Amino acid sequence: MSKNLFGLIALFLLSFTSISEARDQIRIVGSSTVFPFATAVAENFGKTTSFKTPVVESTGSGGGMKLFCAGVGVGHPDITNASRRIKSSEYKKCMDKGIGITEVKIGFDGIVIANSKKSKRLAITKKHIFQALAHKVPVNGKLVDNPYKLWSDIDKSLPSTKIEVLGPPPTSGTRDAFSELALEGGAKKFPSLAVLRKKNKKAFKKIAHSVREDGAFIEAGENDNLIVQKLEANPNAFGIFGFSFLDQNSDKLQGASVDGNLPTFEAIAGGQYGVSRSLFFYVKHQHVNVIPGIKEFVSAFTNEKAWGEDGYLIDKGLIPLPDTDRNSIGSAAVNMVKLKM
Amino acid sequence: MINPMPKSIDRGPNLSAERFVKRYRSEKYFKYLGLFAIGIALSMLIVLTSSIIFKGHSAFWQTHIAIDVQITSEDVASISNANFRGITRTSIRSEFPEVKSRRDKKQLYKLFSNGISFEIKEYFFKNKIQSGGIYRVWVKASADIDMLRKGFINRDLEETNRRISDKQLKWYDQLDQEGRIEKKFNVTFFTAADSREPEQAGILGALVGSILTLFITLILSFPIGVGAAIYLEEFAKKNYWSDLIEVNINNLAAVPSIVFGLLGLAVLLNWFGMPRSAPIAGGAVLALMTLPTIIISSRSALKAVPPSIREAALGMGASRLQTMLHHVVPLAMPGMLTGAIIGMAQALGETAPLLMMGMVAFIVDVPGNLTDAATVLPVQIFLWADAPERAFVERTSAAIMVLLLFLVTMNLVAILLRKHFERRW
Repeated sequence: MSKNLFGLIALFLLSFTSISEARDQIRIVGSSTVFPFATAVAENFGKTTSFKTPVVESTGSGGGMKLFCAGVGVGHPDITNASRRIKSSEYKKCMDKGIGITEVKIGFDGIVIANSKKSKRLAITKKHIFQALAHKVPVNGKLVDNPYKLWSDIDKSLPSTKIEVLGPPPTSGTRDAFSELALEGGAKKFPSLAVLRKKNKKAFKKIAHSVREDGAFIEAGENDNLIVQKLEANPNAFGIFGFSFLDQNSDKLQGASVDGNLPTFEAIAGGQYGVSRSLFFYVKHQHVNVIPGIKEFVSAFTNEKAWGEDGYLIDKGLIPLPDTDRNSIGSAAVNMVKLKM
Repeated sequence: MINPMPKSIDRGPNLSAERFVKRYRSEKYFKYLGLFAIGIALSMLIVLTSSIIFKGHSAFWQTHIAIDVQITSEDVASISNANFRGITRTSIRSEFPEVKSRRDKKQLYKLFSNGISFEIKEYFFKNKIQSGGIYRVWVKASADIDMLRKGFINRDLEETNRRISDKQLKWYDQLDQEGRIEKKFNVTFFTAADSREPEQAGILGALVGSILTLFITLILSFPIGVGAAIYLEEFAKKNYWSDLIEVNINNLAAVPSIVFGLLGLAVLLNWFGMPRSAPIAGGAVLALMTLPTIIISSRSALKAVPPSIREAALGMGASRLQTMLHHVVPLAMPGMLTGAIIGMAQALGETAPLLMMGMVAFIVDVPGNLTDAATVLPVQIFLWADAPERAFVERTSAAIMVLLLFLVTMNLVAILLRKHFERRW
């Protein structure tokens, strides 16, 4: 019996080594923000073409890049999704491995600050956001530990309720983008910090990105649905999450206006709403024509039926690029134009 | 002041009635305390399961809409070539002739699941329909309509605040009055793998993935674990090295599971070149994780076999191996199986090491063998819990129910096996 078992195990070991040499299925890794869109395209692609449905993993933008830039060959993914642009360090790693990349920008994602419909809608500026959430804020020209307890302490126009914001943890791409767009954007409004930014960018970033730790900002985990449920239960709290969750829960939640612009589909697409980021995916050149279907997948993703203004990705919460960008980026993507940094 | 020592120390039993009452009382209290603890544990369990069932039971039903499909005899004759997308759309439009503009048509189609042309094709294919005409086919409603039917969307809100427009509500009411909207058992949930459309998503892919992964885990970890336990307990000499190994095994049992995932990524995927996302790689990592549990419990099961059994066998002239395999191991089997159950149950609920092995993934095909890309039940639950669509909330709870049911079945099999091996003396 034990002999049979050894034989069985040996058989397995043999079977997978031979199978891993050939692959006829596209493998995609990367951002959990792009995941809902990439999966929708993958499913559609599998249904409407003769190719196998691609496997899409949700590893986070950074994790995806690491896997993507690890090398060329069937053991490595073909495409990685990112909720931010590729960093120069990541680009260098890819180049060192001899990987050619095509960058495809697919659209925008707005980050909203929302609360329950049971309370009033908030109208704030980026400066207010920084004052409410930063660890250290300038008061009378001096940098002190955040003294604000109520929203009205910051500005009389804001409600006199306790500052209580649920947001994503630092590992999340949403948090990265929020820090960069909202917190840095707010910090810049202070003359003293603006001067610091010119002189010492690192020190400025440190101040802008550190979030207060006295309980006013609560790290609620990566799960945006959880934040939505907590906001329903606590009408005084605010939550930070992606636009698609606001879109799906518009009967229960409302988004705060930032610098006078409400987080609507049109305002994010038009660029008026300030807290929005671009979403990308990156294709490995060496795998095109080796793994079947990569070119077709890219053209399915950049098809008007998918990312166009009436496309199915829009139903999933993607905010489309302007028409002209879609044309130029789409044709560059299909022709596999190499990214240079 | 110090109390004076009693002159003579009376150490005899205190038989006073007072002490008797006290002793019985404390026993009674202890019993109540135990009952209280069990009561709390039970009520927690009831709250948990009932909230899951309450949230998830609706996922087993899916709203269907009947549409009258007009089909020509030419299309019926060559079903595989017929344009069912076109047929479906014309059929839907002919129900609502007043819908003219492109935008309205789009809204109208959104009442239905986007996979209905496949459903209709299947209907004609299955029922072997030979002649053209009008056929009433029940097809899936879209997830939003499903949510409306189940009462998760409040239709009294302003139009901008809900996902269903006034026009769609009007069409829905019209269909409802004609008795053409019904909730039917959600077969798809048990026959499909993941999908981005909630109404087309199912649990079968993850269930099969879990079965394949656990199969690998079991065939790797049980024989190796039991073998290691037998060697360590019965054959190994007690010295510095065996102590070191024992300490290490005990420590391994407490290592966070993600560490095993990192090990798997470095060794199994990068070094051995196993395929990513495959049950064979995931199962191997989970086997590493469950090994310490199985070794530890197998060793204590072996220890619990009375020495008289060994002595009798050796006395009758059996070799040490014969003593082991013929007498001690069969008697220790129930205890070893208990260890295997605990290990398998752990492995079934694990997601962290599988993230590294690429099994936290969106996979629309049910895996057919051990090297196909697959995902497992807890990962599916995690992915659905994170999906923005509201219809995935109930599916998340339904998937948890399937996971629990799978766990109970697995344990039941193990308990039956244990009963089979159990011997009393």
